[in-house]
Amino acid sequence: MIKQTRLIMGMPIVLMTPDVSVTNENIEEVFTFFKYVDKTYSPFIDSSIVSRINRGAIGEPEYSDELREILAIAKSTKRQTNGYFDVWHKGNFDPSGIVKGWAIAEAVKILAKYTNAFYVEAGGDIQVSGVNDEGSPWQIGIRNPFDRHQNIKVIALKSNAIATSGTAIRGQHIYDPVQGKELNEVISVSVIAPSIIDADRMATAAFAMGVKGIYFIEQLDGYEAYAVMHDKTAIATTGWHRYEVKA
Amino acid sequence: MLKKLAVAGFVIVTFIMYSLHQRNEGSQAAQKVPKNQTNTSQTTAPSSSAITPASSAANYKDGSYTGKSSDAFYGFVQVRATITSGKLTDITVLDYPQDRDTSIQINDSALPQLKQEAIQAQAAQVDGISGATDTSRAFTESLGDALAQAAA
Repeated sequence: MIKQTRLIMGMPIVLMTPDVSVTNENIEEVFTFFKYVDKTYSPFIDSSIVSRINRGAIGEPEYSDELREILAIAKSTKRQTNGYFDVWHKGNFDPSGIVKGWAIAEAVKILAKYTNAFYVEAGGDIQVSGVNDEGSPWQIGIRNPFDRHQNIKVIALKSNAIATSGTAIRGQHIYDPVQGKELNEVISVSVIAPSIIDADRMATAAFAMGVKGIYFIEQLDGYEAYAVMHDKTAIATTGWHRYEVKA
Repeated sequence: MLKKLAVAGFVIVTFIMYSLHQRNEGSQAAQKVPKNQTNTSQTTAPSSSAITPASSAANYKDGSYTGKSSDAFYGFVQVRATITSGKLTDITVLDYPQDRDTSIQINDSALPQLKQEAIQAQAAQVDGISGATDTSRAFTESLGDALAQAAA
């Protein structure tokens, strides 16, 4: 099994394939792409497109086709989630929530040129294809948000994706300024979808919706989800168990 | 002022050490690895490294300190740190994507009531792990800022 990890875009990027015909150059091509994405879309880099848009240094006529593609995904996501997902927040432009999924999807396209069995992960969001080195579907753990060394579910994925959105912070209190009370509810939501862009954006939106999020996913065809609550209980959508690997 | 710098420095150094650790791991050439060997080490959340020095070491001034609002992937994260008896005792997230002024219409009655279950540790070997990491950088930034104020 070939496995490589790099820290890019502030998160671990992991590439795996059981296919030994995949070369170092092939792997490097994918990492190079992630570095390009960071340089181009990071809100933390002054020269990035995102920073320049926020400074008002470039306007819409100058947007690249690639940026327009990302914005189109953002726009449809905003519509599908009743505004819960928005790349504009308090007058600030931050498309990172779309860029992450989009970047994984593009990385998948690069790897697919060389093999049909692979695993691509960026910061806990994963798209797989084919099988692992044992010829089985890829076995993916869902991390326990209360103990990061532990998994609380194991699922098998073949050619689909999973993304988890949440706080990654133990015992966090989330304050709801609209209702003026503390929310003691969802800590993380993991969403399985056919593509990583869909899994990623719907996990983000479902998490932002709080307890309603799991029902939002329940009513979407082709999506399943697992939501972990603050009291160490969890709720799964009705079809989630089809992916579960029983111990 | 010195104290403020020291705290900020500690947070930054911890984060850099984490980054270097990651880089080290990443620089290893393509290799055969047994399943799951690297999974636990590659996913250290930067947020936890910011909490450790605060709760164990420094003597902060008691009170509540609000960190700057930091960019997360899908919005802003802003935290308030509460210091009691010189120690970090609570972190409240003030600003989160949940503050969006929107509502989602879901017809609950048309959906099955989903069952709630206790979470349970699974021992099975895995190829990879899905978990939330996306807001940790923004969280670290805002908390670091709040603690710098507490130390000032």
